[in-house]
Amino acid sequence: MPKSENTTTQPGDWNADIYHVLKSCDVRHMAYVPDAGHSGTIKMFEADNDVLSVVLTTEEEGIPYLAGASLGGERGVLLMQSSGVGNCINMLSLQVNARFPLLMLITMRGDYAEFNQWQNPMGQATEQALKLMGVMTWRADKAEDVAELVRGAAKMAFDGDHACAVLLGQRLIGEKEWNK
Amino acid sequence: MKTLLLHRRDVVAALVQDRGNMLVVSGLGSPTYDLMAAGDHDLNYYLWGAMGGAAMIGLGLARTNPDRSVLVVTGDGEMLMGMGSFATIAVQAPKNLTIAILDNGYYGETGMQLSHSGRGVKLETVADSVGFDWVSRITSMDAIEDLRRRIHAKDALNCVAIAIDSGEIDRVLPSRDGVYIKNRMKQALGQSL
Repeated sequence: MPKSENTTTQPGDWNADIYHVLKSCDVRHMAYVPDAGHSGTIKMFEADNDVLSVVLTTEEEGIPYLAGASLGGERGVLLMQSSGVGNCINMLSLQVNARFPLLMLITMRGDYAEFNQWQNPMGQATEQALKLMGVMTWRADKAEDVAELVRGAAKMAFDGDHACAVLLGQRLIGEKEWNK
Repeated sequence: MKTLLLHRRDVVAALVQDRGNMLVVSGLGSPTYDLMAAGDHDLNYYLWGAMGGAAMIGLGLARTNPDRSVLVVTGDGEMLMGMGSFATIAVQAPKNLTIAILDNGYYGETGMQLSHSGRGVKLETVADSVGFDWVSRITSMDAIEDLRRRIHAKDALNCVAIAIDSGEIDRVLPSRDGVYIKNRMKQALGQSL
């Protein structure tokens, strides 16, 4: 069970929404590349002794890690930023060939009001790149949509052995994150 | 001066001898053929692609099956493509995982180009530097026997580079059907599909 201080979600706290939805889906592994947008969710998972938090050197490692965890009988999630999607492309052939469930939650860069244009090429190609590799995608730009989209994607990933990604837009994350 | 090199099929056959309930992942190319040649098994996960991912699949298996030994058998080229995963695995530090690199110093599948390890990069010292519990470069079948004992002891995160002969051997091909290989292992582990 989640710790008591984590059980109440403030309206608009989409990081907490993600944590609670994933807990309700019995997610036991949280693989991630550190990211400001996901930091609240990462913190909640790292405080949770029932979930293994696995920090990666590159997003690509998360695909085979979660495949191995799934072979071993447990569910996981990959938290990452849009720039990391490019790092995953060939490794996604593992998921496509073996039909491992894969749930990716991707905070967007190069998407809206981006101050660093070096993020734009991959940010603009993120959704198409995922679709090219057979990953189903959804997009959340409002906090109230996050929980339902993550729940829906998790269901299709874990019940249908499919690769599913929810893109968390920069309008959701907020411009101010990058100026802190 | 010629160093005596081990034969890859002898090495892999010795590593999976009396395997018990051990889980084995093989990296694409020759390690997959070597594992198949040692005898097909429900608890083998053969890779035919996903280069650089074998060790991380091993980590996922080791973390979900702490009571079993997990062995990753892969090549130097495959491991070179996933060198960051050494660091990721060392941070997790499972005591039931062994990464065995069949190191011939060449990219055997693509025309025998010299790999980085063939040019002096020592993968076992990379594993050592990031914090693996035990690493070694193996050059004798006696040391393979010792490694097998360590694999089953489940008391250390291990990485070895095994100096093998680079000669070509007949391919022994397991199924390329990733879903079949996956489901076979999951069923053998008692999971519902």
